[in-house]
Amino acid sequence: MPGLNTSSTADISFMLLIFFLVTTSMDTDMGLARHLPQPPDPDQEDAQVDIKARNILYVRLNFQGQLWVEDETTRGYADIGELRQRVKEFVKNEQNFSKWPEKHVKILDHLGRCYVTDKHVISVQTDRGTPYDAYFQVQNELVAAYAELRNELAKEKFGREYEYLDDEIKEVIRKQYYPQNISEAEPKKYGGTK
Amino acid sequence: MAAGFKRKEGREMVEMNTSSLPDLIFTILFFFMMVTTMREVTLKVKFVVPQGTELEKLEKKSAVSFIYVGPPTDQLRAQMGSGTRIQLNDRYAEPKEVMDFVAAERQGMTNQAEQVISIKADKGTQMGYITDIKEVLRKSYALRINYSASRRN
Repeated sequence: MPGLNTSSTADISFMLLIFFLVTTSMDTDMGLARHLPQPPDPDQEDAQVDIKARNILYVRLNFQGQLWVEDETTRGYADIGELRQRVKEFVKNEQNFSKWPEKHVKILDHLGRCYVTDKHVISVQTDRGTPYDAYFQVQNELVAAYAELRNELAKEKFGREYEYLDDEIKEVIRKQYYPQNISEAEPKKYGGTK
Repeated sequence: MAAGFKRKEGREMVEMNTSSLPDLIFTILFFFMMVTTMREVTLKVKFVVPQGTELEKLEKKSAVSFIYVGPPTDQLRAQMGSGTRIQLNDRYAEPKEVMDFVAAERQGMTNQAEQVISIKADKGTQMGYITDIKEVLRKSYALRINYSASRRN
């Protein structure tokens, strides 16, 4: 009984290999992960949230992609490179400055008694003509600002980088101490002067 | 024949044993099948994604759907013009069709709650298109999105 001639198996598997090489791609997809807010409830006609003027940082992009940053203290065109620092200072409000977001006491798990600015809102507004790249860079800087704030907090309280913390602590920091309050709708404001 | 090169009698060239070659190739094949992904669609729009620093890798490829935004490719420009288009699967679509697309994609997923929509948009796209898409995505409860980008060094 002669054995089955298997000399062509190599050719067959070579052909399969080449087929896979052609039809697949190895590139890993990367991107900036964001969460969209829940859709507005149609029953609630006027569900506008009232936010104190001091709690809002406006980040506007015009049709030319120029950046305008405005809070209670300053307003004016800004460079994309400045945005990260501006956001960090605003959200942190280390000196409890009366024109930056209000701080209030909150008892948090693992962290204890903290003064947090969790009522702050960063309002990103774009024009229909704004280049996508400009918007993307703003989003990137916002994410970077929050990441740096969380990292600084982690180092200060636990002496470790944020990513090496336990998931529970991470969640407290992410959701309660430095929540990402980025709004892309126009919030109504009261109090304070324009 | 020259003196020094006399062929010795009774000694044949031994053939190399190739019986393990198919196994070897199969191993390479399986390796490629694991590390690569199927090319999803033929692109009808061209785009250069923006560059960022705070990027995350798209985990769980099976839960990701792509929306491409950009001007038509060079071959299609003659027919379709050079205005921004939205591509879903293999064709151009309007922003409102995103809703059906999301629902259809969700149907085929085992882990529907983890659905991620990756927006691959050209740098120069006007935000109007993106805002429209986002609005529809919100309405269809596809809230986890990902702005596709490449890493900036």
